[in-house]
Amino acid sequence: MNASRNRISTQVVGALAALSLLAGAGGALAKDEVVMAVPTFLTGAGGAAFGIPGKNAVEIVVEAINAGTLPAPYNTKGFAGARVKAMIYDESGGNTKQVTEMRTRVQQDKVDLFAGFISSGTCSAVAPVAEELKVLTLLTVCGTPRVFEELDKDPKYVFRTLNTATASNVSLAHYVAQKMSKKNGYTGINQNYAWGQDSWRDFDLAMKVLAPHIKNTSTPQFPKLFSGQYGTEISALLRSPEEIVHASVWAGDLEALVLQGGARGLFQKKTFLFTVGDSGVYRLADKFPKGSLIGARGPYGIYAAPHLDGSPLNVWFQKTYRERFKEQPTQSAYQYAQGVLAAKYAYDKAMKANGGKFPSTDQVIAALKRAEFPTLSGTVKMAIGKGHQAITDDIWGGFIWDAKLNEPTVSDVIRFKAECVNPPDDVDSVEWIKGGMKGAKCS
Amino acid sequence: MQLAAVVLVDGLVYASYLFMVGVGLTVIFGVQRVLNVTHGAFFAFGAYMSATLIGLWYGADLPAFGGFLMILAAAVIVGVVLGVIIERGLLKFLYDRDEHIVVLATFAAFLVLEDVILLVWGHDPYYAFQPMQLLGSTRIAGLAFDNFNLSMIGISAALATGLWYALRRTTWGKMLRAVIFDREISRAMGINVTAVFLGTFIIGSMLAALGGAYLAPTISVQPGIGVEVIVLAFAVVVIGGMGSIPGALIGAIVVGISRAAAIHMLPQIELFVIYGIMAAVLIWRPEGLFAPVTARKI
Amino acid sequence: MTRLIDRTVIGLTAAAVLFGLLALLLPDWVRFIATQSFARGAVALGLLVLWRTGLVSFGHALFFAIGAYAAAFVQRALVNDAFVMTLAGMLGGGLMAFALGFLLCRYRGIFFALLNMAFSMVLWGLLAKNEALGSTDGMGVASPEFFGVELDGGATHLALFYFALSSALVFAIGVHLYLRSTLGSMSTAVRENEIRLEYLGYSAARAVHVKYVISGVLGGFGGALMAMVVGQVDPDSMAYWTISGEFVFIAILGGTGNVGATFIGALAFEAIRSAAFQWAPTVWQLIMGGTLLAIIMFLPNGLWSMVARLRERRAS
Repeated sequence: MNASRNRISTQVVGALAALSLLAGAGGALAKDEVVMAVPTFLTGAGGAAFGIPGKNAVEIVVEAINAGTLPAPYNTKGFAGARVKAMIYDESGGNTKQVTEMRTRVQQDKVDLFAGFISSGTCSAVAPVAEELKVLTLLTVCGTPRVFEELDKDPKYVFRTLNTATASNVSLAHYVAQKMSKKNGYTGINQNYAWGQDSWRDFDLAMKVLAPHIKNTSTPQFPKLFSGQYGTEISALLRSPEEIVHASVWAGDLEALVLQGGARGLFQKKTFLFTVGDSGVYRLADKFPKGSLIGARGPYGIYAAPHLDGSPLNVWFQKTYRERFKEQPTQSAYQYAQGVLAAKYAYDKAMKANGGKFPSTDQVIAALKRAEFPTLSGTVKMAIGKGHQAITDDIWGGFIWDAKLNEPTVSDVIRFKAECVNPPDDVDSVEWIKGGMKGAKCS
Repeated sequence: MQLAAVVLVDGLVYASYLFMVGVGLTVIFGVQRVLNVTHGAFFAFGAYMSATLIGLWYGADLPAFGGFLMILAAAVIVGVVLGVIIERGLLKFLYDRDEHIVVLATFAAFLVLEDVILLVWGHDPYYAFQPMQLLGSTRIAGLAFDNFNLSMIGISAALATGLWYALRRTTWGKMLRAVIFDREISRAMGINVTAVFLGTFIIGSMLAALGGAYLAPTISVQPGIGVEVIVLAFAVVVIGGMGSIPGALIGAIVVGISRAAAIHMLPQIELFVIYGIMAAVLIWRPEGLFAPVTARKI
Repeated sequence: MTRLIDRTVIGLTAAAVLFGLLALLLPDWVRFIATQSFARGAVALGLLVLWRTGLVSFGHALFFAIGAYAAAFVQRALVNDAFVMTLAGMLGGGLMAFALGFLLCRYRGIFFALLNMAFSMVLWGLLAKNEALGSTDGMGVASPEFFGVELDGGATHLALFYFALSSALVFAIGVHLYLRSTLGSMSTAVRENEIRLEYLGYSAARAVHVKYVISGVLGGFGGALMAMVVGQVDPDSMAYWTISGEFVFIAILGGTGNVGATFIGALAFEAIRSAAFQWAPTVWQLIMGGTLLAIIMFLPNGLWSMVARLRERRAS
């Protein structure tokens, strides 16, 4: 009994020692498989609007990467030649659970990198953990600038491959200043949680700088997240004098607001600015209020429809996605794909720098830091957050129904340069807006 | 003046919503002393079923007003099927157990049913806006209100009256009250308590499903709608006094009007209105505004 | 009666020592889950104290969240030390329970359960609305130091594990001894017939109040520990009503017959959840719900009844 227990523990210790040796030497060995964990909402309210499009995009992009069939410059096989194994899992269940998941997957499944995360709260929770575990993590959708401005100020392993949410509210304020300067004022309806509160704060601050003559007079509405019933809020908005309404609502809340507001003529009286309208516009189709502005957190989704962006990468993505899933890829499909392409770019570049040998994680990080690379739609520059936070162009336009294509599209589109709507490196987003957006390069 | 009128209408619409969401819970608790967390799942099933049936109805190009029949059909189908499954398959075995265990069992059943919805209907949202579009809108105090939402006031009033009448004025109601007062003696008097429980549970489930089915046209039906509803339903029922139908009605109106007033005048506090009232009522009258009296056992 | 060391105390100590040794062989992620289990188990232990009185709280996430936020606060404002943060969490939970106790200890049954839930949801609302506290994104909690010693990531978690394990042992023994004491054994009396108890000259309300404070302190401990382990506090995973439901789930899963059972329940809970999440990522809720149903139907006294049965068999 005792002897056998001793033997087992010796074996375990031996195996552990061997494993740790392997882990330590991992960088130097040739690798034939990279395990990429992809957290995304498979269940719950965020599933249909963000999670599932993200998952779909990762599936087709990883398949094409492994087959080497992506258009240039991504037309080589795998990440630095190694096959990519995408391990897609559910992001629901709260931050505690997601932190546990990250630790488990790094140690149990030997995950090489994470590419994903939609919820800002979860991004905030996992960023310090990723640093501790020394695992490369590309945040693909979440928007809060706090990740690098407050929680992970000196990032090494964590990157974010798209704009912060601040950028999209700043560019929205630019759009309003340029195209709607005759409007009499703005108010808002945003969900009562961090995303909604931050979105409103950024837009409100940006408006004070960019269009001080358009004012907010009535208190903005903050309905509870997923409350589903907007009757009273709609009455309050109908009674408020302002002509513009800022709304960062998404998923079921966005759709319920559009349906209930539509039935009461809300959208004839007000112009709505839907900061993530792209995530719902294809489903609501011609129910979506004409003329309201649609955001996609960058040049994604509706702004990358095949007739608007004809680059070979984008055309390949649109065609493959529509054929496979019988629907249009929306913003989060683009944002997840962008994260995967960022990884491929970094691995391939690091391999080249490493003399054609498979790179270590440190080399991949060095390759991604301050990098600039093409994605499905436009270019990503890892320019701020000490080279870990992406900046991209941002784009706004108004919704119209295209009867010829039989799908939604946009008109009066303005594209804003990345350097115009993002703060310079090492400047806090909110302080930057408050200070009058010094250093913005808009022309 | 205009503001007062708008607050009143908005408040009543929301109160009707709350009443429809909460009344099924209070009926079941009143008779069976079961705090039914599965309620939230019944609501969600009702909404999905209604959206599916309405979709089929308008897809087949049938007469427009039939959409309302589909709402009713959805509530009945879900109420009967799920009601029987949960009552016969689960609660039946637990009536002798501690009341908290029963709550937990319904919580477990709720978790299971949430995923069943996902398995049956998938992730994609469902829409059923046709009935809402059909009814158009009315101007009250200078604002447009959609008639579909206004109709909820009528439905809730009818439900409240109907239930009150059934309980107070019919033999079935007398039987029910006897069971509520003392199960054992009712059984001895020859009342089929098992049948009363099953019947009550089915009706309570139908009411929960009706809430979801009737709301389906105004929302996008998607995963997760059940969780939000449970807390609301709890709050309404606790405020009114658990098991009391007039209580649920008054509770719904109190919360509905206060919330509407908050949104129009002080939107910052909207999130707390319902829990704040719940805590205040519980501190002042812990058994709710209209608590049925219970005997103290010595 | 006065003998402090009985079979349960010896058993708990032996189990803790054994687990502590075994844990050296476990991979980090298992230890990490185990540490979380101790945090949740402590809250469930608090529920057990109330349970003995026939009271169940559906809102114990209230104390869990208070403890977590108190720890986060102390770290920001005062000192970054695991022990001080934990004490702050326990103090926060205890004070909150003391204050609410004046109101709550008059109520029984489902009203007690729901009143707790109401207060926990009020706290959830306050936290979710407060931008200074990070709203729903919450606040980050840095790796804690131990008496001024700063450890690296892996060592911090190893230290937290043993800190959690030894605290759990102390609490379990403490609660066990308390339940054996006169005040503690009034629990059963309150549950069975409160009025008779009062005729004997004891105050049922006071007995409940004391237990409520104990459970609040344990809840605060669980929260503070969780904050340090996870490295973040936020309202949705600390204060929402489903979190309170999980604590009751754990208490039932373990069984309320023995103080050690709640920790077994917590470990089993985390194990089942991790496994369900791994093997059935889209229907893990169904598996959790199914497990809970199975326990309620077939193991009404929780997993502990299997231990008890084993003991009986050995005895006979």
